[in-house]
Amino acid sequence: MKGAEPKVTVDLARDLGLTAEEYDRIVTRLGREPTWTELGLFSALWSEHCAYKHSRVYLGRLPTRGPRVLQGPGENAGAIDIGDGWAVVFKMESHNHPSFIEPFQGAATGVGGILRDIFTMGARPIAILDSLRFGDPGEAKTRHLVNGVVSGISWYGNCFGCPTVGGEIAFAPEYAGNPLVNVMCVGLVRADRLFRARAEGVGNPVFYVGNKTGRDGIHGATMASATFDEHAEARRPTVQVGDPFTEKLLLEACLEAMRTGAVVGIQDMGAAGLACCTSEMPARAGTGMEVELGRVPQRETAMTPYEILLSESQERMLLVAARGREEEVRRVFARWELDAVEIGRVTAGGELVARLEGEVVARVPVALLAEAPEYRKPVARPAWLDERLAFDPLGLPAPADWGEALLELLGSPTLASKEWAYRQYDQQVGINTLVLPGSDAAVLRVKGTRRALAVATDGNGRLVLLDPRRGAAMAVAEAARNVSCAGGLPLGLTDCMNFGSPERPEILWQFAEAVEGLAEACRVLDIPVVGGNVSFYNETSGQAILPTPVVGVVGLLEDATRYATQWFKAAGHAVALLGPDAVSLGGSEYLWTRHRRLAGRLAPLDLEAERRVQAAVRAAVTAGLVSAAHDCAEGGLAVTLAEACVTGREPLGCAVRLAGGARPDLTLFGEGPSRVVVEVEPARAAEFEALMRESAISWRWVGETGGARLRVDVGGTTLVDVPLERIEQAWRNGFERHMA
Amino acid sequence: MRFGVVVFPGTWSDCDFHYVISEVLHEPVKYVWHRERSLEGLDCVILPGGFSYGDYLRAGAVAGRSPVVEALRGFVAGGGLVLGSCNGFQILCEAGLLPGALMRNECLQYRCQSTHLVVENVDTPFTRGLRPGQVLTMPISHGEGKYHASPETLAELKGRNQVVFRYAEADGRVTKAANPNGSLENIAGIVNPEGTVLGLMPHPERASEAAMGGADGVLLFHALLGSLVEDGTFLKR
Repeated sequence: MKGAEPKVTVDLARDLGLTAEEYDRIVTRLGREPTWTELGLFSALWSEHCAYKHSRVYLGRLPTRGPRVLQGPGENAGAIDIGDGWAVVFKMESHNHPSFIEPFQGAATGVGGILRDIFTMGARPIAILDSLRFGDPGEAKTRHLVNGVVSGISWYGNCFGCPTVGGEIAFAPEYAGNPLVNVMCVGLVRADRLFRARAEGVGNPVFYVGNKTGRDGIHGATMASATFDEHAEARRPTVQVGDPFTEKLLLEACLEAMRTGAVVGIQDMGAAGLACCTSEMPARAGTGMEVELGRVPQRETAMTPYEILLSESQERMLLVAARGREEEVRRVFARWELDAVEIGRVTAGGELVARLEGEVVARVPVALLAEAPEYRKPVARPAWLDERLAFDPLGLPAPADWGEALLELLGSPTLASKEWAYRQYDQQVGINTLVLPGSDAAVLRVKGTRRALAVATDGNGRLVLLDPRRGAAMAVAEAARNVSCAGGLPLGLTDCMNFGSPERPEILWQFAEAVEGLAEACRVLDIPVVGGNVSFYNETSGQAILPTPVVGVVGLLEDATRYATQWFKAAGHAVALLGPDAVSLGGSEYLWTRHRRLAGRLAPLDLEAERRVQAAVRAAVTAGLVSAAHDCAEGGLAVTLAEACVTGREPLGCAVRLAGGARPDLTLFGEGPSRVVVEVEPARAAEFEALMRESAISWRWVGETGGARLRVDVGGTTLVDVPLERIEQAWRNGFERHMA
Repeated sequence: MRFGVVVFPGTWSDCDFHYVISEVLHEPVKYVWHRERSLEGLDCVILPGGFSYGDYLRAGAVAGRSPVVEALRGFVAGGGLVLGSCNGFQILCEAGLLPGALMRNECLQYRCQSTHLVVENVDTPFTRGLRPGQVLTMPISHGEGKYHASPETLAELKGRNQVVFRYAEADGRVTKAANPNGSLENIAGIVNPEGTVLGLMPHPERASEAAMGGADGVLLFHALLGSLVEDGTFLKR
């Protein structure tokens, strides 16, 4: 077999995605040329996907600590204390590259991967959220991708038995060659039963558990660390194939094995498979590991050590057990009819030694594999940015009919109802989902306590393109505002940073600025970042995606009965608008849908004001003073009001009067942060007013609920007066119309 | 009433049924592993939703031939009650404990949504105390829930009053629009001729608490609890 191995040269290293400098560094540090298998290890573990070579210098800016943080970044997932002895474990990850090549399996295995990240921590997954971005929905290719991705998520999540409770789907032509599939998973675990991916205890046995290893997904991590060209589809063999039933068995078996007390550490074999686990687990613990690859359960014959180490076959874990308790582990996995094979042991040497039939095929210090070079590459503000910022949207003609403009927006693929997608997802298994998809945030109860969790994801690439720092901060602000509107106190955040190639200075500038914006918003809003990932190289034939940081925020409700939803509940209630007046059409949904322009300046973001508005909304929800709370987001105030009218079980109209501003389109469709529409029962109005005064925020009464129309007066003139059935029709059918 | 909740390796509604029976109804309940061959000591066996053995073949095809389902035959012959929901209904049909089959949804997609069910047969231990024509609200969550039966079987079902639930509008009208999966004549749930085995695609356990958006599902459990007579038999009316 050895004779068939290619000769290791710098050219071969380059073919595997390493640079000549990186190869030299490997040779210098090893004191010799690496073997073919060793080169494979470095290629995978020093890939951008695994090693964060271009991003690490920036990610240190993110605040990751807090009194409730039990586990920050660096493990399979982050964990936060939610009281009563419980911890919430969560993380978001991207599966963008595979989902373009093969949307169904790409998205499905994205779900599978993040589920494993949660249950390796010892937590039972309770919710999935997906943040998806696609190209122009008019293209047949886009519809194929949307169908494939949604059915892949549906297939894997539903069979596994974890509800999908939220997320977003948005469209822009820049995602045509690189759709984004970011999946977040949330789980629950007893706070003192968290497991970590550490190979502690020299002499402890190392178990391979779960699915057998095949040749699928070899070099998936390397594939995800390069841009695409027109031959992207030829890389289909690098996409893994999922098996949600086996994942369910693995979940139950892992949690059961953990309960025995015989498990010391455990890690998911995700990107870079066995290579990643056998080096990262000892690296974290300051130990080494010896493994015999011939013992790895295989579903194909004649696999080489290279293939066994780099396969990304799904539904597998590496588990370090306590010495002498091997039988307990074997018994649990046998009950679930899964392989659990002792393939090696933890050593003191600090080396990864891999053998095949006794012969050493790789011997590398684990610290070296874990210490990929760190780059600080040149950054440059894009030259085209000023031209985009100089554009004044108010120079465009105003629409002749404001009501029609509103209907057009509501029916746009990004704003229209996503029921077409989420009705394909099980939303309730586990009977925890108090608020189903379709409100600002999903709310899940925590059984055995009085508490609940609110979760939401957000990220708007258009805003980030125009102002990476502010746009990224706005994503944090909005996701936290969504959670606050449901009544949750944001406790932690996970992020997926989706960008083009970091080797281009203007992309790296976008990234650096976006991280700075995230960091600033998280600091002011007091939300630690506990995990996430970076997905670079989202480019095809030189066209990069919109810079898209997606964030997921988890919040806590002390009382599971005190939550709010976004839709109006009863006629005769007062409607108030909380937050600043400042809005802009720059980067707005209105500007894109109506004029196909992506330009202009963003509204200002005052993070202190944001914090106060969110605190005020939470206090109002918790005190039961508001019967609905809805974040003003894409589409502006008019769209927010329309959604509050028609997204509930029964449509309910409202009449709103606003002060006149510079231009009605700005008032109706302008977008700005820190704004929330609430519905207040008249009997609670005085209390509500007192609370708002105390909160020291800007706010005003704007109208009242009732009737079967949405009416909006601006500066004394009725601009919008539309029957709800037309609004409902536009909003409900908008997405399906684009998908047909 | 002593409940047993069957657990196949890919079952996921087991914990939800267990929770409702123990925490909402405060009745004794235990899990029954799929390799069990004895159902002794149980009054009612629940076959919950999920993907039993992965269901990569027809849903429930493998589970319908599993040890616990073999044991179920004797349990049913002895007068025991069985409630199969979602995958449980599919398994009961595959095992031949209920007639007909559940096929891929007509829309060819998975469907998770709230549905209205009109109650047709109230002479079963599961529905006694309900009104004929009463409308219950319960969610569905399945990809293969389109009920199908041959014309002869359908005639027999109707002749023996075995159709228990049909998908309907909120006001109880049985319409095509209210049919979420293309089921024959909107059939959502049926019983065996004896009325002791109920199969339905909707999830009563997900609609058993006001906090979860409705508690119509718990009516089935209340009917069940009231049906048990001291000698171990069950009332149908």
